[in-house]
Parts: sequence; C-alpha cells; structure tokens
Amino acid sequence: MGWLIKGGRIVDPANHLDRVMDLRIEEGRVAEVGEKLERRASDRVLDANGLVVAPGLIDMHAHFREPGHEEKEDIETGSKAAVMGGYTTVACMANTDPVCDNAAVVRYVIERGKQVGLCDVLPIGAVSKGLKGEELAEMADMAKAGAVAFSDDGRPVTSASLMMKALQYSQIVKKPVISHAEDVSLSSGTSMHFGRVSTRLGLRGVPSAGEESIVMRDVMLCREVGGKLHLAHLSSAWSVRFVRWAKANGLRFTAEATPHHLSLDHDYLLEHPYDTNAKVNPPLRAPEDRAEVCKGLSDGTIDVIATDHAPHCVDDKDLEFDQAAFGISGLETALPVCYTTLVQDMGMSLSSLITKMSLIPAQILGLDSVLRGTLTPGARADIVIFDPHTERVVDVGEFQSKGHNTPFAGSKLRGWPVHTFYKGNLVMTERRLA
Amino acid sequence: MHRWDLLGLENTSASDIVWILDTAKSMSDIMTRDIKKVPTLRGKSVCTLFFEPSTRTRSSFELACKYLSADTLSFSTTTSSVRKGETLADTALNIQAMGIDAVVIRHQSSGAPHYLAQKLKCPVINAGDGMHEHPTQALLDMYTMREHGVNFEGAKVAIIGDIAHSRVARSNAWGLTKLGAHVVFCGPPTLIPPDADKLGAEVVADADEAVRDADVVYMLRLQLERQSGGLFPSVREYRELYGLNRRRLALAKRGALVMHPGPMNRGVEIESDVADGPQSVILEQVTGGVLVRMAVLFRALGGGNEWAGS
Repeated sequence: MGWLIKGGRIVDPANHLDRVMDLRIEEGRVAEVGEKLERRASDRVLDANGLVVAPGLIDMHAHFREPGHEEKEDIETGSKAAVMGGYTTVACMANTDPVCDNAAVVRYVIERGKQVGLCDVLPIGAVSKGLKGEELAEMADMAKAGAVAFSDDGRPVTSASLMMKALQYSQIVKKPVISHAEDVSLSSGTSMHFGRVSTRLGLRGVPSAGEESIVMRDVMLCREVGGKLHLAHLSSAWSVRFVRWAKANGLRFTAEATPHHLSLDHDYLLEHPYDTNAKVNPPLRAPEDRAEVCKGLSDGTIDVIATDHAPHCVDDKDLEFDQAAFGISGLETALPVCYTTLVQDMGMSLSSLITKMSLIPAQILGLDSVLRGTLTPGARADIVIFDPHTERVVDVGEFQSKGHNTPFAGSKLRGWPVHTFYKGNLVMTERRLA
Repeated sequence: MHRWDLLGLENTSASDIVWILDTAKSMSDIMTRDIKKVPTLRGKSVCTLFFEPSTRTRSSFELACKYLSADTLSFSTTTSSVRKGETLADTALNIQAMGIDAVVIRHQSSGAPHYLAQKLKCPVINAGDGMHEHPTQALLDMYTMREHGVNFEGAKVAIIGDIAHSRVARSNAWGLTKLGAHVVFCGPPTLIPPDADKLGAEVVADADEAVRDADVVYMLRLQLERQSGGLFPSVREYRELYGLNRRRLALAKRGALVMHPGPMNRGVEIESDVADGPQSVILEQVTGGVLVRMAVLFRALGGGNEWAGS
C-alpha cells in the first residue's frame, strides 16, 4: 500500500521545487511528485491542503544520552521526540557512558535505533578516547561501523595538536570532525554569557573570545592540513564574521547554529532571572550576537540548523543556577521556533529553511548519495508535513522527550509538524505518534 | 498575594528603601534600653539558613529577631544534611514544614534566594547570594550614611575594590542610585565586571580620582585568594593602587565617611589609622545592621503594617 499526499505545498530545495502539488509514496519511497496525481486503488490519501510537505528534517547534533544516562533520555524517547519534531534522521553525540569511542558502542547505538524504528539514529564517534582529549579514538574503525562524524562535543578538543590529527584522519574516513569551540581557561566555572546581564545577576560569564579563538584555531588547522571540519553551534557575532571572511577567502568547511541561538539572547535571563532552562553551552549571548548569527544563516555563512538537543531530568535543572546542567531539549520545538523566527518574522524563504534543516545536513553527513534530504523520486520517503498557519503554545507536558528543559515553554509558535513519514510509514500523525 | 521577600535592592523601590530606613530609625531606641526586647514578633519563628560562613550577618539577624521576640532556628551547612547531598529546595521545604514564618538565606550561588522564593510560601530574606546582592548590607550602609548627615541626592559614594565578586557593591549601587546618589566604582580592571556602568555606577580606574570630593569612601574587602587566581599581581601593588590611606582620604570631601563591610584586611585595602580614625563609621555600620534587619524582619512578618512604635 502506498500514500497519496494531496494538495500540499511541496518544498524540495534539491529540485528547486516550491509549489502546491501531490506526492505519491510507493514501497517506502517517493514514487512521483506532480500536479493532480491520480489516486490508485491501493493509495491511502492524506490531505495536505494548507500544509507544507518537505523532506524529513535531519539533525546533525543531538544528545540521546543512551547508553548511560537513560534518566535524561534514551534512544526510544529521543526518537519519539524526533518524529514529533519532524526529524527522520538524528546524529547523536558521543558523550554517553560508556563514551561512543569505539565500534562496539557505535554498533549498539545503530542497533538500538533500528529496534525503535522511528527514525535513523546515527552515531557520532568521539575524537579522543574517553573524551579525554589525549589520544585519538579509532576513527576509521568507528566509521566502518557506521559513525557519521566525529566530535568530543560537550567539551572542546583542548589540544590543537590533537585537533590537527583528527582533521588529518578525517581525510581517510571522509567524515566531518565537529568542533565544539570553547576555551576552557575562560569558560571554567561560568554559567552564562559574559556581559551586562551576567554582571547584573552576579553570575560568572564566559567571554565570546573563548569561542571565537577556537573557531579560528580550528579553521586554520583545517586550512593547514585539510580534512572535513564542521563548526558546531556558533553563538557569537565575531565567530560568524570570521567564518564569513574565511569562506570568502576560499576555505572550505561548514558551520551550524541552533534554534535557541537564532531566537534568544541573554536578555531572556533579565526577564526570567535564574531560569535554568536558559542555561546552555555555548550561552545565549547578546542581542547583537543573535542578530549576526541570523544574518550569517541568511547569507549562507552558516550552513545548517542543528538542535543541540540536550535533554536533562528535572533534578539536573531544578537547582541553583550555577549548579544546574547546561542544555536545552530542542527536537520538538526546533521547526516551529525556526519557522516563527526565521520565516515568519525575518522573511526567510521556506526553501532556505528546509535547505538548512535537511538538505545540507544530509550532504555534510554524506547521506545525499542515498538521496536523503530530498523528495526526488526514488528517495526514501522520509517526509515532514507541517502547518505554517496554526499557532500553538509550547506545552512541555506534551513532550515525548524526557527532557522538559526548554526556555520556549509557553511560547506561541507557528510551523508545527503535523505528520511525519519515515521509510514511507506514517510514524507521527495529527501530532500524535502513530 | 503580595510577598514580603527581600531578594535584592534592584527590585526594591525607593519608597520601600526609605520605609525600611525610617522604620529602622524608629526602632533604634530598643537597642539602648535596659530590657532590649519588644513583643512585636512574638510567636513568629525565623530560620537563618547559612550556606557560607558568616559571623556578623548571622549574629546581626539573630539579635534582630531576639529584640523583636521572634524565635530563631539556626541552620548551617556544617550541622545540616546538605552535606549528605540534599538539595537546597528539599532542605528549605523541610524547614518550612516545621512551621517557619520567614527564611533568611545566605548562599554561595547567585540567585539562590530567588529560587527559594519560588519554592516557599513564607517570605525569603537575602543575606547575601554569591556575587549578586546583599540587600541588608546596603540598607545598613545607607542607614549609617543617613545617620551621619549624608544627603543621598547628589552625594558621591566611591566604592573601591573587588567590584566583580562583590554583592555589597551591587546592592549599594542599586540602592544608592535609587535615592539619587552618584556611585563611583573603582578597582583593578580584572575585578570590574563587564558593563559595570549598566548598574548605574560610574567606573573609574584611578583610586585618587574615585576618592576626590567623595562624601563617602567605601572600601571592599579584598579576598586574598583572588591573587592566586591571577586577578591581581600582588597585595603590595594592590595596596599602593587601591588601598585607603590618609593621603588618599585627604582627597575626599572634608569629613567624608570611611566605610567597610567587614571583615577588614588591615594594611591591605585599608590602613589602620584610617579604619580607626575619626572619619571611620565602620562599627556604627554594625550597629545599624541590627536595626535595619529588625525593620526588614518586621516588614516580612508584619504583613506590611506600619511600625507603631514600642
């Protein structure tokens, strides 16, 4: 049995498509896209009138916490959160317990993802053994087992020498090294951005220069030795300006921003003093930083929107601000936050949004070769259908994620996913898991 | 329902500040009596919840309670179950369950009193939170200034030292500027927080300039361990650049007040001859502390009534 998705606005940037059309799914794949497709006897029909039909979203930066911290999230709840958010592929960071620094853990994560079967769960291997920043982990071995990228995310690779070696190795494994840019000599003991709000709240702040200097270091290392470099969660204006300049000068690497750095700044903490839901690393920075991150996204400096989905249980967040864990549970709000902030408020095209949330992540992770991030006939039918019109309030009580830690709770947003197809199966419909 | 917390002076209005100072003044006779006790808060119980070592603030709050006949319960990290890994919220909820009417908290985490105020039904009084605020200290400082004839409107108050880590500096800046004073922050650039001027103070680098024509010279305690943290090169150099001595004090207005929140590092941020000299009101600050805390406790537990005298 197949599906005929009728009358939706089909946005498929890979094919330069943004038009009201129909889409047919057969045997788990996109069969055809066209106007007024005939319903076949075996087709179930899904009326997508007024809705947007796009390739399933691909998150190249999430924390599913399994193995080891299943109290915060596991691969099942993470997958459920993903499909509620319109994501059909999620790459998970290596800072689990045990650390994903060897092929056995890589295979475990893939296997668990398949058991759950709601979306592709792709492991990111650690750059260093045990995330200790000392010795290179077995990147090639992990790549062979299915790791799609490498990162010590959660902490920086402090040693420039080790980062250089990781980039060199990325040439043979042909997978990106994802840099979490942070200078720990500046960030140690801090809990927010260094600026007027940290001064007012009496909290220790991390200067933007701590991020910028490591961004520059890693881009220069990549220039020196080659390899595939991807910069995670840019949050500072000067990081963005540097990336813009480096790309204009011919350097090749990619960069991401998160929904929260695109939509919030440290003034949130003036309005909600000591709200640990807004404690995140890198921190919410100044309004001018946020503006530059948005500008960088619009002008192509920033390639990707990634969630940095970092679920925590209430015990890790319901604490004094400096004691609380860093992170925002982001998968279930990413699309509405980005739609509302970028498309509705800033006038970005839907096509650009989908490019950054699906097409380019597929390319960076090397999934474009198997036609991910597009609705090209023959592609696996991973599809998000979302509603650009209806406004809904973020209710964490409805979250599938174990992590209810979000500064967007109570926000009114548009652009909510209504249906998610994974491999041609309707895994989420009418905002409920199928 | 209105809450009578005192979490900081940033969100306390000028009229509330004046009310507290006036009430403290009208309570001042209690302390000089033969029998230093009025029944105002009889039957009320106050818990002092201290997560940081403190002698004078805690003693001051406890005496303030006793003079008003409130019962006190002392709770500190060394004697509590906090060391067994209980959360702040659980500790406070347990104390509330024992029937406490107000909590006075000192905590090393900025925002801890705000956090507790969201958890507890009873009023929360901030006795110092991290690097954020120490409102009763600023109130007692303002009380002492007023007692010595400082008219806040247009007065210059120089606050010198480690501004970055100082809750005293922040609370004084909020309180004093609300009443029209001109606050000047001065200290090594490594100990000035970013955008310090956004707290309403002027920031100057040179201590002589800060002190010049000041009505009040307020010296902050230098935490000596900041040196090993690399925030200033040596105590000797710090003393030369920012310490208060007779030469520097002479640049202030004639009769300017010398203040310090204590405990002092004699010979570091302040020379003994200045600390013990005729312009020093450092011990009077301590006396004012009890009065101001009586007023704050009365405000918290008296349901917003006016002090009718004793």
